[in-house]
Amino acid sequence: MSSLAPKTSPDPARPSRLAGLAGLANNPAFRSALVQLLVFAAVVAGLIWVVSTTADNLKRAGISSGFGFLGQTAGFEISQTLIEYSRSSTYARVFWVGLLNTLLVSVISITASTLIGFVVGVLRLSSNWLVSSLAAAYIGLIRNIPLLLQILFWYIAILMPLPGPRQSYSLWETFFLCNRGVILPRPEFHPGSWLILAFALLAVLAVIALVLWSRRRQRLTGQRFPTFAASLGLLAVLPLLGASLAGFPLTWVIPELRGFNFQGGMTLLPELIALILALTLYTAGFIAENVRAGIQSVDRGQEEAAAALGLRPGTIMRLVVIPQAMRVIIPPLTSQHLTLVKNSSLAVVIGYPDLISVFAGTTLNQTGQAVEIIAMTMLFYLTVSLLISLFMNWYNKRMALKER
Amino acid sequence: MKGKILVLAAAAVFFWTGTALADVLENIKGKGYISCGVAGRVPGFSVPDEQGVWKGLDVDYCRALASAVFNDPEKVRFVPLTTTERFTAVQTGEVDVLSRNTTWTFQRDVEQGIDFAGIIFFDGQGFMVNKNLGVTSAKELNEASICIQIGTTTEMNVSDYFAAHGMTYKPVVFESADEATVIYDTGRCDVYTTDASGLAARRTTLSNPEDHVILPEIISKEPLGPSVRQGDPRWSKIARWTLFALINAEELGVNSQNVDEMLESANPNVKRLLGQEGNFGEQFGLTNAWAYQVIKHVGNYGEIFERNVGPATALKLERGQNDLWTRGGLLYAPPIR
Repeated sequence: MSSLAPKTSPDPARPSRLAGLAGLANNPAFRSALVQLLVFAAVVAGLIWVVSTTADNLKRAGISSGFGFLGQTAGFEISQTLIEYSRSSTYARVFWVGLLNTLLVSVISITASTLIGFVVGVLRLSSNWLVSSLAAAYIGLIRNIPLLLQILFWYIAILMPLPGPRQSYSLWETFFLCNRGVILPRPEFHPGSWLILAFALLAVLAVIALVLWSRRRQRLTGQRFPTFAASLGLLAVLPLLGASLAGFPLTWVIPELRGFNFQGGMTLLPELIALILALTLYTAGFIAENVRAGIQSVDRGQEEAAAALGLRPGTIMRLVVIPQAMRVIIPPLTSQHLTLVKNSSLAVVIGYPDLISVFAGTTLNQTGQAVEIIAMTMLFYLTVSLLISLFMNWYNKRMALKER
Repeated sequence: MKGKILVLAAAAVFFWTGTALADVLENIKGKGYISCGVAGRVPGFSVPDEQGVWKGLDVDYCRALASAVFNDPEKVRFVPLTTTERFTAVQTGEVDVLSRNTTWTFQRDVEQGIDFAGIIFFDGQGFMVNKNLGVTSAKELNEASICIQIGTTTEMNVSDYFAAHGMTYKPVVFESADEATVIYDTGRCDVYTTDASGLAARRTTLSNPEDHVILPEIISKEPLGPSVRQGDPRWSKIARWTLFALINAEELGVNSQNVDEMLESANPNVKRLLGQEGNFGEQFGLTNAWAYQVIKHVGNYGEIFERNVGPATALKLERGQNDLWTRGGLLYAPPIR
């Protein structure tokens, strides 16, 4: 129906501007955005104030500041360098050397401790009384002794029984063991070595392809393929093939004792071995407990159902229980990995040249740039921790239950 | 400990706006004691004895300062510091004076925001090796592995010395001298290096001290001295002249036993030192008897040396360079006049 009468009533009241502001203030979305903006501005202002005050105070105290020192010559030796380094390198180079040494220990220890932790965690739940008691004893012992003591223990325990370099134990006069470390032959690459590397890469790619193919084949036909053995074969044979094609461009430099020490080989420092041992065994104890909790969180019915299908205990663990336990295991596992990286800074106690030792120790003492050096060191640990977290969170999302 | 450095470096540098320009002497008088940064585990220089009483050359210097300011050698609080945190602690006013066998170098004096008060001990870096290596000179140490303590001039001196003689070495760098010594004792390193005074002290702690020799070469100048924060000239001068008073007292034959008789001395130098003549003390905010108090409570330089590191102690150090210039040593303090 339509009325011909002129409209007398005005449009539904357009709110006045004041009422509009009130409406905005009552709008929860706007309010939360405003509060967040204010907090963010306050934090930024606070940071700027801290930085400028610090800079002022440093200047007033007569302490030079800035990052110019990174270009200066370091003038000291380092016992283990993964990249080219000598006493005439710069402090920036020292930073990278220390950083790589920290990463080396961290990567090896994270890998090893995760493997050992998983094995011990599974053994802890073994139905064999002796096995599960041994695992429980290991976990109890390791978790209740401070890490610093364990690092010192392994270091002294390794060093004490070993003879000096002149009386070292040797294997075919090629491998040596003494209190200077484990001395191994060093590979020397000649032109043409890239072929070996290329074939090694090829082998890795071939293994990935093989795994994908065999999975698909199993899905389609139900037939299984001995993937593991084939992969090992590929990894061994292909690089050898590359080497023979290039005419074996690789020679080994055999270490020999000259004067105080061995010349020509490569040395695994006792400090490195002790630190990896201590960090690995310590963290493995904690990871084992996480794994146990994860496995116990999986309903027993799953195991019984799998057994009813005729699967073997090992296969049940690998294909049914562990994948479901992972959801519970990964978050605490991430924490353990982060803690391990940070714990590696105890290296300085046993003289392993990690970032804290060579950069936040020696370099800090020589240059006195405490604020800059500690900031760089903090930034490194923060970055590594965030990267590990990101990776583990991504992995966690992949492992999460997919609701379909 | 790292956390400690961090907190010191970041927080203290940042928060010291308020105290930055406060007068150190007024501040000390206000709180009633001097905070003195020491090493804490170096026999002969700074170490607590069985009763927990601090003993040592570095410790006695701080007691001398307390005697000068308060007429009481006990008004000191000792703060053990590591090599890496020591400068931050003195820069930020965490300690009023750093008396921690610290080497006076250009970089530390010019870029670290601290002032050195003088030289309390002339030292030099040396090497200790096991006798069975058959080494008689530091020039035979090519390729040797060396146990070193982190955060010291020692690290650089070794590097310089080996480069100068066309040799290389393998460092094993430890956080504390204690660990470095224990590990050297296991045979991990061929050589242990630190200042010669430290070598003597460290050798006493090895399992078989007589199996180890200290090589003749002294490869560096290590003038050890106390330091204070830069920017307070008055406190700097008190720190400096307290050290000079110890040396001058020995030169003038004034010691803790005879200091009261010496008040009657006719020698104008002694009179000025002990505040009997002139006005040497009130200008920098102390009493004219400040040096008398120091010698009465702590003794002169020679007494401090004999008591802590001399032939009668475990360190068995001779005076050598640390003797008065009148006896062929290097100690030479400006006169009080």
